[in-house]
Amino acid sequence: MSATTYAWLVLLFPLLGSIVVALGFRALPARVAGAIGTAAIGLAFLCAVGALVNLLGQDPDARHHASSLWSYASAAGLDIKLGIYVDQLSTFMILVVTGVSALIHLYSFGYMRSDEGYHRFFSYLNFFVFSMLTLVLAGNFVMLIVGWAFVGFASYALISFWYRRGTATGAGMKAFVINVVGDIGLVLAAFLIFRELGTFDYGAVFAQAPEAFQRGEWTITAICLLLLVGAFAKSAQIPFHTWLPDAMEGPTPVSALIHAATMVTAGVYLIARTHVLFYLAPTAADVGAFVGLVTLLVAGTIAIAVTDLKRVIAYSTMSQIGYMIMGVSIGAYSAGLFHLMTHAFFKALLFMAAGSIISAMANRQDIDRMSGFWRAMRFTSAMLLIGGLALAAFPGTSGFFSKDSILAYAETRGGMYEWMAIGGYVGAFLTVLYTFRLIFRVLPGKPCPEAQELIETGHLYHAAPENPATGEAEDTEVGFPGAEHHIAEQSRPMAVAMAVLGVGALFAGLVQIPGVTDVLFGFLEPVFRDSPLAAIHPSVGHEWSGLAVGAAIALVGIAFAWLLWAERPSLPAAFRARLRPVYLLCLNKWYFDEAIDLLIVRPALAIGRFANRTFERVVVDGLVSGTAETVRGAGGIVRLAQSGFVRSYALLLVAGFAALALYFLLSSS
Amino acid sequence: MSIEWYVVLSSLLFAVGAMGILIRRSPVVILLCLELMLNAGNLALVAFSRMVGNQEGQVFALVVMVVAACEVVVGLGLIVAIFRRRLPLDVDELRELRG
Amino acid sequence: MEAVLFFAAALGALAGAIGVIALRNPFYSVLALIIHLFSLAVLFLLLSSAFVAAAQVVVYAGAVMVLYVFVVAYVGGGTESAWESIPGQRLLAPLLGIALLVELSIAVLGSSLVALGGDGPQVGAGFGDPAAIGYLLLEKFLVPFEASSILLLLAAVGAVVLASRQRGES
Repeated sequence: MSATTYAWLVLLFPLLGSIVVALGFRALPARVAGAIGTAAIGLAFLCAVGALVNLLGQDPDARHHASSLWSYASAAGLDIKLGIYVDQLSTFMILVVTGVSALIHLYSFGYMRSDEGYHRFFSYLNFFVFSMLTLVLAGNFVMLIVGWAFVGFASYALISFWYRRGTATGAGMKAFVINVVGDIGLVLAAFLIFRELGTFDYGAVFAQAPEAFQRGEWTITAICLLLLVGAFAKSAQIPFHTWLPDAMEGPTPVSALIHAATMVTAGVYLIARTHVLFYLAPTAADVGAFVGLVTLLVAGTIAIAVTDLKRVIAYSTMSQIGYMIMGVSIGAYSAGLFHLMTHAFFKALLFMAAGSIISAMANRQDIDRMSGFWRAMRFTSAMLLIGGLALAAFPGTSGFFSKDSILAYAETRGGMYEWMAIGGYVGAFLTVLYTFRLIFRVLPGKPCPEAQELIETGHLYHAAPENPATGEAEDTEVGFPGAEHHIAEQSRPMAVAMAVLGVGALFAGLVQIPGVTDVLFGFLEPVFRDSPLAAIHPSVGHEWSGLAVGAAIALVGIAFAWLLWAERPSLPAAFRARLRPVYLLCLNKWYFDEAIDLLIVRPALAIGRFANRTFERVVVDGLVSGTAETVRGAGGIVRLAQSGFVRSYALLLVAGFAALALYFLLSSS
Repeated sequence: MSIEWYVVLSSLLFAVGAMGILIRRSPVVILLCLELMLNAGNLALVAFSRMVGNQEGQVFALVVMVVAACEVVVGLGLIVAIFRRRLPLDVDELRELRG
Repeated sequence: MEAVLFFAAALGALAGAIGVIALRNPFYSVLALIIHLFSLAVLFLLLSSAFVAAAQVVVYAGAVMVLYVFVVAYVGGGTESAWESIPGQRLLAPLLGIALLVELSIAVLGSSLVALGGDGPQVGAGFGDPAAIGYLLLEKFLVPFEASSILLLLAAVGAVVLASRQRGES
């Protein structure tokens, strides 16, 4: 079978899984539904591997194929096909997506077991994977937008999965609205592309763009800025990032899949795919790099201050995506994608371990209450530690190689990008700090009551179900996190999934050791060959010196974190008191939510109120009711003629006849 | 006398009858004015029949007389029925059919 | 001679008509109408329509007016009130009457129907005789003849129904 056939199958299996689980939700028992959902993604992964194998068997320069099922719209100059584009980049992405998704489905098989909405969960999750694969495999901008929108919807459905929680539905709406803002940018960019080039097809657009646009011309800059709007909204970069922390209202597997490994990386993929256009618009590319840099620093500072376990990891995601966005914006395409892959592994692992810990904590997420889990849950703690080491870029882990490949490229490019590299190293130090703040708070020390219960009895701590954010009580009968919780130590599927990811987090970096192995970059190189930026390669020595700096930062950071949060817990409190305004700024997420509320939400509400009070009530209602009243008034006037007096009727009769006769007399004279 | 005289006289009688209907309030008198108008019509018909030279207009006038008789019968029956129910015989008082 | 008769009959008709609308007592209005009908019969004779004139006197003045007299005797000759309840009626009615008259006169006198200005063609002695009318009624106008008989039947039945005593009424 050809690579494109494999690719169509990759799209087909998750869609079928979603439909089968959805339609059979009454008939299928829970375990079967979960098995079908997981198997669907497993099959998709196998087909992705098949596509890869098929591609590897071809000549490296000819590894790009387009295939379309049918023509979606062809009239008046439009020619949109339902088509996919299979090349090294999309194959890489579908491998990452299906691989991590399969493991997360396996994890959910155990984690969501006692949830009322089990079937719905797997159906939505499969649909999400299908949408993400559509986005990644799309062969033209229309299919890209279709996948983009579906992914946004799937994210909304999964964030507000526990829909009886007010906080969850609010978060879902927030995510969806901000995603739609990004969608607008993407759609406008597609319109502009069509207007300038007359086609939506990737191959045609990327071939014609260098001839059609001057480098730095305002049209192509506008297109790229609009594409960036879409990318930033989807990838939670400033200022479109406020939805990501709130998205932690969704179940932990959702956070792992969507908000760590796949959906938020769609922006990175977009910029990498359209790198030809970004090369022609250096201003836009610099904007992207700058925003990525700002995001990674701001998110890092916030992550040090917040105390909700999942939110720390969420801000960490935002920060790491900032690295990736910065990377692909400055031209380090393959490096950015390398970091995307390793980040998918260790971030999903972190979320999975966090899910296990939250289960042990009876659904509470406040790290101030957690301690001593190293003794209570060995396996989960080990996984948390592995994920944390990879995130902090500890020497030898996958994150170590991937993060520093981006920073080394930035330094090599020189000029202002060196400053970006320095900012990246500062961000790396922040990363180590907040990661190990987390680890040294949760793992060592005297076990908290929940952990104590686990150590002594082997059972999980039970508490009345309540919303972790607001503390209000909840009813587990209607699909909230079920009455039972599941931890990795007691659930085989969860443990297997985490173990595989742990292996990936530790060893995935070995495919790209500078000077030794070049598996990934070599594979991806033909895709980016048409960009002069990709020809810049840091020398091997330069790379190793960057790696050394990274290693130093990691080790110093871990030591510093140990000092602050394990040895002398009073120090952080002292810092907080001395730098109170700074602390408050970070804790309140740099007041972005408040700013958006003031600048956008309130004016919109005011406009709505004005529209209702003035326009709707006065103008529209006035017109409609006014018409009715006028008619009624006219009727009332006409009714006066119905007096009941026969003689007045007779008068009208005679008068009418006289008038008629007059008319005929006049007209005949 | 040329035919015109008869037709103009007929118009005059018709106008008088119309005026009578508009002015009088007793149903009996209104029916009488209606008779006036019908007879004016008859006069015109007969005049025209004389003008044309055949008797078809006269036959028409006879049929009009029959119709007038029928209508008088029914109208007077109505008046008798109103009188029987002790309602005032005044068309201005009998006006319940109104909007 | 003919002119004198015409004017006399016309005056009589007019006087009767004005009497109908002007006299207060309905009984007097009925009598005025009888005078009017007689005058019209004379006019019909002047127009060589003997049978119609006879029918006018016998049927109209004879039967229909007798009916009127009976009813007026039954319901009484109550006079109407002088006060006009519809505003403007007393003003508009004569105006409209005059308007009607003027329009119809203009229509007749200004008509391009030239034959109106003459006396009509020479007619033989049998013009207006019952025989001629009879022939027309039974040959050319048979359907209207039969229809009017049905109409008479309906009217008779209607009158009986209308004027019959209801149950429980004195």
